[in-house]
Amino acid sequence: MIRLSIPLRQVLARLSLPIMIAVAFGVMLLGKADTVLVERLRNTLSDALAPIYGAVSQPMNAVEQAIDEIRGLAALRSDNAKLREENERLRRWHAAALGLETENALLRRQLGFMPEGAPNFHAARVVADGGGTYARAVLLSIPPQHGIRKGQVALDERGFAGRVTEVGWRSARVLLATDMNSRVPVTLEASRARAVMAGTNGARPRLAHWPEGVIPQEGERVVTSAQANAFPAGLPVGVVRRNQQGSLEVELFARLDNLEMVRLFDFGLSGILPPEAVARPEPRPARH
Amino acid sequence: MSLAPKLRAPPPGRPEPPQDLSRRLEALLRLAFPLVSTAMVLILSATPIGLPALAFALSMPAIAFWTVFRPAGMAPPIVFVLGLLLDLLTMAPLGVHIIVLLALHGAAMRLRFWLARQGFFLVWLCFCAGASAAILLAWGFTALLLLKLPPWQPIFHTLLLTTGLYPPIAILLSRAHEAMRRAENAS
Repeated sequence: MIRLSIPLRQVLARLSLPIMIAVAFGVMLLGKADTVLVERLRNTLSDALAPIYGAVSQPMNAVEQAIDEIRGLAALRSDNAKLREENERLRRWHAAALGLETENALLRRQLGFMPEGAPNFHAARVVADGGGTYARAVLLSIPPQHGIRKGQVALDERGFAGRVTEVGWRSARVLLATDMNSRVPVTLEASRARAVMAGTNGARPRLAHWPEGVIPQEGERVVTSAQANAFPAGLPVGVVRRNQQGSLEVELFARLDNLEMVRLFDFGLSGILPPEAVARPEPRPARH
Repeated sequence: MSLAPKLRAPPPGRPEPPQDLSRRLEALLRLAFPLVSTAMVLILSATPIGLPALAFALSMPAIAFWTVFRPAGMAPPIVFVLGLLLDLLTMAPLGVHIIVLLALHGAAMRLRFWLARQGFFLVWLCFCAGASAAILLAWGFTALLLLKLPPWQPIFHTLLLTTGLYPPIAILLSRAHEAMRRAENAS
């Protein structure tokens, strides 16, 4: 220990508070000036303390879980009542669904309806927007041994997104429904009228060529039509909206502005293929 | 430190400084106890599960108590270290808690002789006043450093916590203080 004379020690003791306050202001300025240094200090400290916190948090978690469980027990009665009521309601719906199912089966039998098989699909990740010939198209990354063909239908989790127009070794391009070159045959669900949904490069494609005498209603659901054998019937597309100019548009269910994954469905259709494929449609066994 | 013979009677009220290693170690431990115990409490109270204002609320009673009753264990550099630890543990701008705790320490140091003679409730009242001033000061400094007004609800949370926590902390620490004083007198 360094020996100091008593008066010097007293002076030091008296001065230490002002000195420390001055140093604290210095630290404050340093923290304001060099945030990286402060972050590094904080990280070092939390790294050092992480094992302690890990050990402490286990009993704390146990206590929290116990409290949660007690709370759950207290809510059991009201939950039970709620569930009972919900069960009652669902049971009614179940009965209604069963009735509808038998009715549907009956009608099908009367019609001699041939049910369609479930289509195969591949999920693919969207890796790039745009590019290529089209303004509204996305590039998909696909595995090399894929079964993806031109003309397959791309859907996101909500609805129709577009069609495959180019297929490469590891990638495929999907022309989105919003592109100016996209024309999709659709059916208006309420009136069963056919129409064409034409892309405009905007967010909402235009609705065109609906038959005379039918007025598409605002909010009416739009689904794909099997006309021209390019799409299966009944894929969800969007709803009819009237824009400010009074013309009719389709608000798509699919979120085309931030597509992440699409599913490519193979419906085994080869009606109208994109121009490049017109010369020689790729062979594929037809579905029975 | 002179090697005075053991036979000499110690001056009244002030025992002979410890000579051998174990006694010196003991004295050092006693000196370090306020820093170490407060730092450990701070670290434990800043667990990610706990309340965010808890560390600051726990630091103030400990610092005020040790400053008044055992100033050797709570010198300004120690307060500085505790403030820095608090700043690093909480996400406050660096330096805010250092200055605030040093200010609290300075105020307690000024009033120490008077406070040590008062009863518990008056000390608690004084602590409440000092703590509220310190919390307001911390809020002001944070606003100044972040150049925006931080939310004002934590002021009340911290104040309620720290005033409520002072009595149990003071009882615990005064037990420890008594024990240390007895040990000092015995040696």
